[in-house]
Amino acid sequence: MKTALVPTGKLVKGIPLALDGAKIVAYAMKQMNPDVVPVYPITPQTEIVSAFSEYVANGEVDSEMINVESEHAAMSACIGASAAGARAQTATTSAGMAFMWEVLYVASGSRLPIVMHFVNRALSAPLNIHCDHSDSMGARDSGWIQLFGENVQEAYDNALQAIRIAEHPDVLLPIMHTQDGFVISHGIERAEVLPDEAVREFIGTYKPQYSLLDPKQPVTYGPVNLQDYYFEHKRQQVDGMEKALGVIPQVAEEYERLSGRHYGLLDPYRMDDAEFVIVIMGSAAGTARGVVAELRGKGIKAGLLKIRCYRPFPAKAVADALRGKKAVAVMDRAISFGAQGNPVFLDVSTVLNTYRLDTRAVDFVYGLGGRDVMPRHIHQAFQEILQVAETGETTPVVRYLGLRE
Amino acid sequence: MALSLKELSKLDQTFAPGHRLCAGCAESIIVRQVLMAAGDPVVVANATGCLEVATSIYPFTSWRVSWIHSAFENAASTISGVETAYRSLVKQGKMEDVGMKFIVFGGDGATYDIGLQFLSGALERGHRFLYVCLNNEAYMNTGIQRSGSTPRGTWTTTSPVGEAIVGKREYPKDMTAIVAAHGIPYVAQAVPSQWRDLMTKVQKAIAANGPTFINVLSSCNRGWRHDTSQTIAVSKLATDTCVWAIYEIDHGVWKLNYKPKKKKPITEWFESQGRFSHLLRPENHALVEQLQEKVDKDWKALLEKCGEKT
Ligand SMILES: Cc1ncc(C[n+]2csc(CCOP(=O)(O)OP(=O)(O)O)c2C)c(N)n1
Repeated sequence: MKTALVPTGKLVKGIPLALDGAKIVAYAMKQMNPDVVPVYPITPQTEIVSAFSEYVANGEVDSEMINVESEHAAMSACIGASAAGARAQTATTSAGMAFMWEVLYVASGSRLPIVMHFVNRALSAPLNIHCDHSDSMGARDSGWIQLFGENVQEAYDNALQAIRIAEHPDVLLPIMHTQDGFVISHGIERAEVLPDEAVREFIGTYKPQYSLLDPKQPVTYGPVNLQDYYFEHKRQQVDGMEKALGVIPQVAEEYERLSGRHYGLLDPYRMDDAEFVIVIMGSAAGTARGVVAELRGKGIKAGLLKIRCYRPFPAKAVADALRGKKAVAVMDRAISFGAQGNPVFLDVSTVLNTYRLDTRAVDFVYGLGGRDVMPRHIHQAFQEILQVAETGETTPVVRYLGLRE
Repeated sequence: MALSLKELSKLDQTFAPGHRLCAGCAESIIVRQVLMAAGDPVVVANATGCLEVATSIYPFTSWRVSWIHSAFENAASTISGVETAYRSLVKQGKMEDVGMKFIVFGGDGATYDIGLQFLSGALERGHRFLYVCLNNEAYMNTGIQRSGSTPRGTWTTTSPVGEAIVGKREYPKDMTAIVAAHGIPYVAQAVPSQWRDLMTKVQKAIAANGPTFINVLSSCNRGWRHDTSQTIAVSKLATDTCVWAIYEIDHGVWKLNYKPKKKKPITEWFESQGRFSHLLRPENHALVEQLQEKVDKDWKALLEKCGEKT
């Protein structure tokens, strides 16, 4: 287990590549060389596992791949492998994640630092293979750490940081890092990768505390917990999540010393003196950043708060970022049916309430099922919150962008 | 290891006493026989079910070998991960090859029904593990519900005996044949009453280089409705009435392991357990005849496959 930070951080020269998000994640997996990789195909994730299969077929990795018969089995095999002290990684999206749902909780409850490379896609019905965040939202309460990436570079950088966060002895939780389906997974961009050696050094080696394979110390994994212990074990998971809030920036800092690229729990843009803020996750943050720059050009004090770490939710950091702002547009790419707003909005609203911030917020649902998010949609959101700030009126709290009604 | 009682009595028990299975439960008897025959070191994956809940109540464990429970249906996938981890770590020199063995215990619900796909996948992929089905012919942990293994005519809480329907309406699936169809090196059926046969089968399975499967009839006196002292007696009766045959398919070769001198009538089997008591009523005579015919037909087919005189 790697506890100390690399002492002298030296910037290493990155290697520029033109890859899509899926291929760059496969590349990161190759560099991490996990011991066991159980996989199952599903669009638009398949590109990750087929690209990784090539590395395996060419003997470029030591990884043992398991071509399982379902995603449920993929996660189950990750659980077995991780409990056996191996580094286990898989990838999935949408229905695959839904099928895994039962065992996502087994992974986190057993404190197994599994890494899942995730692609965001809508859930059926109706069947749709394009991007939204409904699938990852289904796992938001499952005890997995969730990082959202914006582009190909972030998909790569998050993949490498994920393993360090998960395996940190204060955390020991499974982690998924996401990229938006097709938009990122199939969009070729220029991105820099680190040399293999630097990755190897950064991720270090993994020494599990408890392994099923230690013949000298047999262990029991996954016992029954009754009324007398279950609750305490759940509380310990909460503790791991809370500690992750400290570990994620630590790992990011170390990564920055290596790569020169900065990461935090949040990624603010022009927030310092902003009055009108858009809160967003995933690939649409790029579009929103452009709109913020444009609005700034027009003298409107717009700002953007991108959430990189969604679980654990960095409540204090969000409160600090939103304090004193006039109005917030929270962007949700998923619906929490029947709730008073959607996942990200509910989290942000809770922050506004708990920290007693006098900032108005409204929820914008956008981009479901891969619906394009255009700058004009972001402009519309800003226009609406300018009005919210002026009138103080937030009704309707949930609004829809780019929807025919 | 010689399978003599004298030798076996000297072995350290890796399945500890003090578990909370019911008195007379065959599962603990079978598990002990399997673990003694397999030898150390071993990793066990356990599907959700009676064995799992009764042996792992935190902070206690009955397992002196490494043991993992993940969920109901996925023990075969879980062991796939463990076994693959072992291969990977040994290959990379990250750990020594200590001759680790891998065993799954799953009930018939976990095996025949909800875990069928997971088991099939693991068999097809060829992981080196022994899957032991503790076949008590129903979902016992949840309180005696019918499974794909429950015999036709049996009373369970989801196939009750009513005015319109008399117990389970369907015949069980032939899971052993389904597993054998995967073409794996070793497949067998066994009973705890024939302990030497069962333990020999475990040794053969462990020695085979690939996935192996043993379907063990496992009496549950709560669900089968017999006295707790009768566990071994009913196991033996199952083989004497031929409702449960013990045989093996070793690298494709079928072999019968027990042939009663005189096959006992199925009514004796029904008389031994309360779950069948309704079948002894006169109005169910025709059904009993059908059930006897099915046993006879299956037995004859098995004898033929095993090259025995019919
Ligand atoms: C996905 C899922 N469905 C249902 C259950 C409830 N359940 C737990 S154990 C069990 C029955 C186990 O039956 P079997 O596999 O035959 O084993 P036994 O308890 O009879 O040994 C059931 C239905 C569960 N734990 N998980």
